Amino acid sequence: MFQRKRNASDFGAEIEAHIQLETERLRELGLSDEDARAAAHRAFGNVTHAQEHFYESSRWLWWDQLRQDIRYALRMLRKSPGFTAVAVLTIALGIGATTAIFSVVDATLLHPLPYPQPEQLVRVEDDLPGVGAQDVGMSVPEWQDLQRSGIFQYVSPVGGGSVNLTGSSQPARIFFLAVPPNYFALLGVKPQLGRSFNPEDHTPGFTLEVVISDGLWKGVFGGDPHILGRSVRLDNDLYQIIGVMPAGYHDPGRTTEERNTELWAATGFAGPPAPPPVRKSRFLSPAIARIAPGLTIAQAQSRLDALVASLQKQFPEDYPLQSGWRVRLVPLTETVVGNVRESLILLFGAVGLVLLIGCVNDANLLLARASGRGREMALRQALGAARTRLMSQMLTEGLLLALVGGTVGLAILFCAKASLLQIMPDSLPRLHDISIDWPVLLFALVASLMAGAIFGLAPALHAGRLDLIPMLKQEARGSTGSGEQARTRRALVVTEFALSLVLMIAAGLLLRSFWDLLNVRLGFNPQNVMAVRTWLPVPNDPATDVYRTPAQEAPFIREVLRRSRTLPGVEEVAIGDLAAVPLGHSRGDLNPFPLIFEGRETASSEAPLANASIVSPEYFHLLGTTLLRGRFFGELDDEKAPPVLVINEAFARTYWPNENPVGKRLKIRIPGDRSSFSWNTVVGVVADARTESLEDSTAPQMYLNLYQRGAKDLAIFVRGRLDTAAILVGLREQVQFVNPELPVFGAQTLDDALSTSLSVKRFSMQMIGLFALTALLLAGLGIYGVISYIVSERTHEIGIRLALGAQRRNILRMILRQGLELAIAGAAVGLVCALIVSHLIAGLLYGVRPTDPLTFAGVALLLIGVALLACYIPARRAIRVDPLVALRHE
Amino acid sequence: MLQGTLDLLILRTLIFGPEHGQGIARAIQQTSDEELLVEHGALYPALQRLEERGWISAKWGISTNNRKARFYALTPAGRKQLVKETTKWNRLTAAIGRILESEEG
Repeated sequence: MFQRKRNASDFGAEIEAHIQLETERLRELGLSDEDARAAAHRAFGNVTHAQEHFYESSRWLWWDQLRQDIRYALRMLRKSPGFTAVAVLTIALGIGATTAIFSVVDATLLHPLPYPQPEQLVRVEDDLPGVGAQDVGMSVPEWQDLQRSGIFQYVSPVGGGSVNLTGSSQPARIFFLAVPPNYFALLGVKPQLGRSFNPEDHTPGFTLEVVISDGLWKGVFGGDPHILGRSVRLDNDLYQIIGVMPAGYHDPGRTTEERNTELWAATGFAGPPAPPPVRKSRFLSPAIARIAPGLTIAQAQSRLDALVASLQKQFPEDYPLQSGWRVRLVPLTETVVGNVRESLILLFGAVGLVLLIGCVNDANLLLARASGRGREMALRQALGAARTRLMSQMLTEGLLLALVGGTVGLAILFCAKASLLQIMPDSLPRLHDISIDWPVLLFALVASLMAGAIFGLAPALHAGRLDLIPMLKQEARGSTGSGEQARTRRALVVTEFALSLVLMIAAGLLLRSFWDLLNVRLGFNPQNVMAVRTWLPVPNDPATDVYRTPAQEAPFIREVLRRSRTLPGVEEVAIGDLAAVPLGHSRGDLNPFPLIFEGRETASSEAPLANASIVSPEYFHLLGTTLLRGRFFGELDDEKAPPVLVINEAFARTYWPNENPVGKRLKIRIPGDRSSFSWNTVVGVVADARTESLEDSTAPQMYLNLYQRGAKDLAIFVRGRLDTAAILVGLREQVQFVNPELPVFGAQTLDDALSTSLSVKRFSMQMIGLFALTALLLAGLGIYGVISYIVSERTHEIGIRLALGAQRRNILRMILRQGLELAIAGAAVGLVCALIVSHLIAGLLYGVRPTDPLTFAGVALLLIGVALLACYIPARRAIRVDPLVALRHE
Repeated sequence: MLQGTLDLLILRTLIFGPEHGQGIARAIQQTSDEELLVEHGALYPALQRLEERGWISAKWGISTNNRKARFYALTPAGRKQLVKETTKWNRLTAAIGRILESEEG
């Protein structure tokens, strides 16, 4: 298509040759030199016409014109640097911010799973709706049923946990996943070094082979190239390293911890330390699976439903109909992205609005300038320029402005990239994969072009509709906008105000939600409390476990408590499991336990489930828990005493409505743990506290005694005037004095935990707030521009009014009223749109209704206030007009 | 002249071999017994158009009387086009002819 075109001189030469040949022929017929030449020319007709014809048919004409347009546009932009700077910066801001958010959306929402055929990946969730339990995990026989069903290529239950890695200078606690050998084959990923597990391996227990992350390899093993085959000790058991995953490989987990897994160990889940594989023992964690090729998720789900129904018939004792056992397939994308989706879509929408407001603003600026160039346009048209050429000229200016703006925006983004990634919350999935790559650059280009088309269109349409005669008649004054143009500009300002209002109301609602969350009654006192974690090893052979029973663990707990109290600044100490750290754990750290109540007939598989924290008696006082009935754990509730239980209000309300729960007994079943068959007596009821989530305090919760129950994933709580770094070192010394093999890590204050739990909310609130401020600023600039323009247009008229004795106050009021009308019109349109948008984001709000009148009214008033301020500046200029000067202006 | 007829005439003329613009103009004039007078200037945009469509190709060469001239030749695509256009033309003239005869009769 783009073959080289003939140039005009080649065409000219051809014509010249034609005339020559024709002249010669005529001369041969006997004509004189002169006559022959004249006749040849006559026969040819108009040479210039032919040449013009040739030129216009040339495919490069549009290119020539474009070059001309671009040259001209560049000259115009250079001529008014102030205008250009403002317009370019507006767009740069819009494109830069939009592209930044898009790069996050691209990595997180569009490519959440960096594995081959991600659409085949699902999470398998077992629900027992009959007992109000969701995602309870599966048993080994159920897993094997799924593997054999033909519905899946692979099914992998994934169990996460902490493990002590010993052998290096300091015992390290790392996060590991216990997975079946088919795990990496399921994901379709290969290690950078060595091999991964053999998917056909059917070892019942741990295969004693591990794959490690690039981070662990480089961090703990110093990137040792001979790492393969090396033995490492994990909780006292020896494993062999067989592979290293590539840098940047992250697990498709639901939590930050799972995504940052450092080690994978393969197991068949059917040998020690796993309990015997019986159907009713659902100890496997929820699985991920790759569905068989050619099946859609819906098809797989319907085949799975049939399988579940037949299993229920086959094993009626294990699956009573009341429990309503159901297996759900959830696209893995959803569980990875989770609740971030809403926030990101909101952010993207918000930043898109900012860009749109920027475009409207630039459209306004360009229109204002176009009206200044009205005479130029009219003159060019009168001299024969086609309207389409003038329109394409204006459009080119808009596009050029947008492209320059987009480039500047990208440049800013590149410079600010590192610091932008810093402010992103850690809990954002795929945070490590956010980059400015080709799709993102393409997005920026398309966004710029679209922006340019949007704001180039207004003046272009305007240029196409010029009325020549009146334009040319206005001699010295040079400019006035037509009535139509003034209307367009006002409409643009109204649009800007409406869009800004929507954004500001969204920001206002989020701000109020966040504020409410910060001021929620916690039900515990996080001040001056720190939690430091340790982890008791769980060897594969229970016989070698020195902390196997609560009685074996109790001396260790007492000794650590005693020693920790001696540390400087420490006022109180308590120990609990990870689930006891308020807001400091993820959902995966919780273990919902089935409950059996005394005096109530309950089949084992339909027992209600409740979360438990395992704590030492000091825990309640240290956290300032409120006691409503009965008592806390006491000195006498030791490992030899009958097991006791403290429950929260929600628990009491759910299971003993209108009864005194103190003295009631219940059993807590823990799969594979025989001690769980003794009765636990409720000794106290505490007030509900927001230990699981700031938003919700209504979940039934129970507290078990650490001396009677035992726990592996421990947190040591200390209250006092503490120095974070010093207390970690101090506690490590004390714990390792008791057992030098134990890691001590993860020191955090409860205030930090609280703040981390809000990180995504805080991030989106801050971003939206920033965008809303930008929008407000742009809207202010927009209305300022329009009112300034009106004032300069009416300088003459104002001069006459003043000369005739008009009060300056009235003139001021007249100008302000014009601004106010625009602002109110914009606010009215905006309020309607905001009502729609606020309902869309209702899911992100807390404690504030989407129609919160205070936010709506407050934001509208703020916006109108800013509008008045923006109008006041040009209005003041209007009333300072000297009538003499204004009249001489004529 | 009818729209498109000039194209047809040019293609037809080139069936006897490559020819330059002036040659084409003269051939059309002579073959039509001086009936069709082509304005030579109109020939060149038409040649340009045909060349862009790939029906004829062009290169500079030397004419019989030793002058530099741009020679046009029929391409295979042009040959096909000529057959198509000729058939269309024949059908059109026959149809017009029938209409005119019936009017007279």
